[in-house]
Amino acid sequence: MIYYDRVGKVYADNSIALEDVSFSVEPGEFISIVGHSGAGKTTLVKMLLAEEKPSSGSVFFESINVHEVPMNRINHLRRKIGTVFQDFRLLPQKTAYENIAFAMEAAGRAEEEIHSDVPHVLDLVDLTDKANNFPDELSGGEQQRIAIARAIVNQPDVIIADEPTGNLDPVNTFEIVQILKKINDLGTTVILTTHNKGVIDALKKRVITMDRGKIIRDDREGKYIL
Amino acid sequence: MFDSVILKRILRAGFLDFWRNGFVSLASILVMTVTLFVVGTTLFAGVMLNSTLATLRDKADVTVYFTTRAPEEQILQLQQTLQTLPQVEAVTYTSAEDALTAFRNRHQNDQLTLQALQELGDNPLGAELDIKAKDISQYDAIAQFLQQQQQNGGGGASIIDKINYFDQQHRQALDRLQEITDSAGRIGLIIILILVAVTIAISFNTLRLAIYTSREEIQVMRLVGAGQFYIRAPFMVEGVLYGLISGIITLLLLYPVTYWMGEATQNFFGGINVFHYYLSHFFVFFAIIIGTGVLLGAVASYLAVRRYLKI
Repeated sequence: MIYYDRVGKVYADNSIALEDVSFSVEPGEFISIVGHSGAGKTTLVKMLLAEEKPSSGSVFFESINVHEVPMNRINHLRRKIGTVFQDFRLLPQKTAYENIAFAMEAAGRAEEEIHSDVPHVLDLVDLTDKANNFPDELSGGEQQRIAIARAIVNQPDVIIADEPTGNLDPVNTFEIVQILKKINDLGTTVILTTHNKGVIDALKKRVITMDRGKIIRDDREGKYIL
Repeated sequence: MFDSVILKRILRAGFLDFWRNGFVSLASILVMTVTLFVVGTTLFAGVMLNSTLATLRDKADVTVYFTTRAPEEQILQLQQTLQTLPQVEAVTYTSAEDALTAFRNRHQNDQLTLQALQELGDNPLGAELDIKAKDISQYDAIAQFLQQQQQNGGGGASIIDKINYFDQQHRQALDRLQEITDSAGRIGLIIILILVAVTIAISFNTLRLAIYTSREEIQVMRLVGAGQFYIRAPFMVEGVLYGLISGIITLLLLYPVTYWMGEATQNFFGGINVFHYYLSHFFVFFAIIIGTGVLLGAVASYLAVRRYLKI
């Protein structure tokens, strides 16, 4: 489903972010990418969204070379990938409801669908009562749950969660991971990057360990080993 | 797949952002109002400059003096010929008697001159044709034509005594007048253009700053799968709103300002009352000011968003 083919990334200042990275992800997998800060985890997931271009190699999503998709078509591909960021990245001028609805509106979905689906995902992340609050009125954990709701509302094939718990306390971290697991159980592929040992050890899923731009381990049912 | 649902969403997003970014909207509208006000006042300045220059130019003329023996029908014939010339605006005939009356009136306090006139018994003055050209630069051609008439002299001695265009002084005065009005017009235009360009640049930058504050939002919208047009359009709606509101404020502001300045400008410049001019040309002002505002808002927003869409 997702295939990284010998991907390398060298930034303008000659620092190497990724070096000869190859791996594939099957539909329905829950895969964690771990490693120290600067190991290349974020660069790796940004490639799938075409937010970054590889210096060498290619990234395929459902047999499409992501970096050959033109700028004005890339949003169609992104709608198949839900994204959750470490810093939440909600739209500050929109309420929780509107933030989720925006992803559906942008995808050109009908009003009736929006009216029925948004409350449904709000319920899924247990934030129905905060629907009309703006992001700055929500706690970090709540904001991240809204971000997850936004990521899943278009029923994407993949969810990318880039250090989603990096700014959260243990209780919220646990909740976020539970939600991601629930999404995965419903059939969506999840790619999670983290450097939280507790999260990885509790998941008991596939773990790719990175160090200085290279994959050093790829374990079927991994633990956090660094 | 541009349909009414998308249009509705874009408009709603534009209006909502406008409302929720209240302070940014307010600042943008203020700056834009200043711009449009400058555009409006330069329109008035241009109109007043033109009318002043036109009044000045109107003072130029060429007078043909005829000999005292010139028969009236020949003079009137010449007047008709002159009026058919494309360069000529108007030709006024003053008969010898009228010229004498005017001369008497002019010198009514000068007993010596009047006495001398009395002594002469006969009317020493000839008839005159006063010629106004359509443009100040065309007097030369008209004078050349008259000179030819004088030389060909319609058979026998010419009826034309003198053409004042060939007086050194009169000619110099005409040339000076042309120079002054031409350069005043040119300098006025340059100043107006610079002023308008500068204020438009300021507005442009203000809108760019306003959108700069939304740059991260634009990137997030891209990453959650929104198309370029779908992101850009609400910003353009906002820009158009700024332009509309600023335009209306400017049109409202111009009313008391021109009212206040109307009397003063009428006395100072060649007879144009800016207040009356504003009211009689309101639709022109409406179109120019609202049009400038809306166009400025839309184009500036379009360009400002573009750089953040490259993701």
